[in-house]
Amino acid sequence: MAIFSSLSERLNHIFSKLTKHGKLTELEIKGAMREVRIALLEADVNIFVAKKFIADVSEKAVGQEILKSLNPAQQVIKIVNEELIALMGSTNAKLEIADRPPTVIMMCGLQGAGKTTLCGKLAALLKKQGKKPLLVAGDIYRPAAINQLQVVGGKAGVPVFEKGTQNLVKTAKQAIDEARSMGNDVVIIDTAGRLHIDEALMQELENIKNEVHPNEILLTVDAMTGQDAVNVAETFNKRLDVTGVILTKLDGDTRGGACLSIKAVTGKPIKFIGVGEKLTDLEPFYPDRMASRILGMGDVLSLIEKAQEAVTEEQAKRLEKKMREASFTLEDYLEQFDSLKKMGGIASVMGMMPGMGKLKIKESDFDEKKIERIKAIILSMTPKEREKPEIINSSRKKRIAAGSGTNVQEINQLLKQFEQTKVMMKQLRGGKKLPFMR
Amino acid sequence: MGLFGKIIGALKKTKDNISGKLSALFAKGLGDDFYDELEEILISADISVTTAEDIVEQIRAEAKKEKLKDKEYVIDLLKDVIEDTLLQAEQPDIQYPAVIMLVGVNGVGKTTTIGKLANYFVREKKSVTLAAADTFRAAAADQLTVWAERAKVRIVKHEEGSDPSAVVYDAIASAKAKKTDVVIVDTAGRLHVKANLMEELKKMDRVVGRDYPEAHFYKFLVLDATTGQNALSQARIFDEAVDLDGIVLTKLDGTAKGGFVVSLCGELQIPVVFVGTGEKLDDLQPFDAEEFTEGIL
Repeated sequence: MAIFSSLSERLNHIFSKLTKHGKLTELEIKGAMREVRIALLEADVNIFVAKKFIADVSEKAVGQEILKSLNPAQQVIKIVNEELIALMGSTNAKLEIADRPPTVIMMCGLQGAGKTTLCGKLAALLKKQGKKPLLVAGDIYRPAAINQLQVVGGKAGVPVFEKGTQNLVKTAKQAIDEARSMGNDVVIIDTAGRLHIDEALMQELENIKNEVHPNEILLTVDAMTGQDAVNVAETFNKRLDVTGVILTKLDGDTRGGACLSIKAVTGKPIKFIGVGEKLTDLEPFYPDRMASRILGMGDVLSLIEKAQEAVTEEQAKRLEKKMREASFTLEDYLEQFDSLKKMGGIASVMGMMPGMGKLKIKESDFDEKKIERIKAIILSMTPKEREKPEIINSSRKKRIAAGSGTNVQEINQLLKQFEQTKVMMKQLRGGKKLPFMR
Repeated sequence: MGLFGKIIGALKKTKDNISGKLSALFAKGLGDDFYDELEEILISADISVTTAEDIVEQIRAEAKKEKLKDKEYVIDLLKDVIEDTLLQAEQPDIQYPAVIMLVGVNGVGKTTTIGKLANYFVREKKSVTLAAADTFRAAAADQLTVWAERAKVRIVKHEEGSDPSAVVYDAIASAKAKKTDVVIVDTAGRLHVKANLMEELKKMDRVVGRDYPEAHFYKFLVLDATTGQNALSQARIFDEAVDLDGIVLTKLDGTAKGGFVVSLCGELQIPVVFVGTGEKLDDLQPFDAEEFTEGIL
């Protein structure tokens, strides 16, 4: 949800002013573009990227056909959308897989960008895709970094190869030998965070590159990075010829201008984005979807994909049947919450809904803890109560409240909510809706 | 490749010092272009658009009053304006016994800063206890332990995943018993938009206030100089949660300028107290507005 919410709000505001006019003058477009420029700069888009972007959009927008067309504002938005997609790289860039395993992935980036956590997330993702990753502890400088990777690897259920503070080139080579003999098909090398101007440490990365020839060199960039993001990306790219970028911490309220700048300056694609603290919070990056999100047009494709991952076909069919027969119970309700959670929580789902960008929804309104409480309430009910909530009288409510550590008020609230949901479902009956829609 | 060429060329220009750039600007005369480019220079240093506009307006007004004679004059003028803004927020005067709690988002360098801060107080001849209240990140306490050894100070820690407030409580009890001058509290990195994590922080804040009322309590937000405009949002929300006393600006040894602190001092009246310039024990200095301004320009 948080991703780009402010930038898309700003842009929506600017464009809604434009759409009020039937026809547009060159002056009006110019005024709007000035505002777009400020919105981009406040989102930390690099100043030269922003300037170039505005120049390109203006040039196309001021063209004769658009001014004469019936809905010029829509045309301007369309141009902005297209230019945003172009700026971010047009298509989703996948990981390069070696012809002969193991595929070697080397991570690099500044201190605090989130490399170690990311190594765990990437390993977990690859494991889910049926690969057998091996993590290599290569941050031999930061105190306890090796321990951290071991903990992260443990959570992901992925082995960690470490040789203490031994020379990293040597460790990397040994790790690859180990991967060959143990049948690991992907090797992910964590490296120490370093400043791009730290000659000795940059040389270390070059040495690893020259010795082990990684298939992927992924630069990790904090999405909150300001104007300096392009300097950092450019310097790493010049030294190492990186193969892609991963943006982390996009779950904050950052407007993530780095997304827009990095591809433009380095020519290297953003391959993944980190959107949370959990091991599963890593998503492939799709420029067109991100552009839609920035412009507040929603990201239905990602939403459907997430739904498909979270809900099995069998579950979906069963639910559809229940909806048809209007026999939806609290038990099913519980299942829906679990599915939502698997999809990354309500806030992240809402962020992908078209038009939701305009609604002011605070993350705190959808505190995951509240959902936990609702779940606790339902779990404290007997199967019969879950089946037929109407039998829940005040003494039952008291028992449920005591069992779930909540109060009667909260239970009343839940029951009311559930009734409303049932009414909505009856109205929806027959129509094809996504399984998680309440 | 025209696009890349242009952008990279433009970037190089900002890396050159402003003096050379202003010379070129002067050659073109003091038109709108001059002020636009001046604004761009400031924005490139991560000064916010609004603050940059303000500063440029002040220069413009000055130019109307008095003729801008040469580039040195303009540079001096710029320096004055920025320095004045930076000095608007008052520096805290640290008194003992003190509790210093460091807060901030993930990866800004809190744990490293604590190591350096401990060393700073040791050199001031103060006794120091560290409280490893980042019980969330894997191996955070181990990392802090290494720093405690380097700075030769005591550390109080619990198991990973335990209640951070309990660590704070124990550290305070230990500090009281041993009459320690300074307790420095490490906290887990948290994104300011996560409501439940901010509540946890408020709880730690209350524990110190309640159990150690005789101590002077300072709360510093650690900000990464490479951060952009989001730093303002971070400062605003952390300030609402725990009422900040100052900022520690880290990673100034890179190429980022951390210009957002100009807006911070101006708008939120939160002073920058220390700056971090590396990973060694003594890479931490008290903030110097003049030096910092030189760095931006």
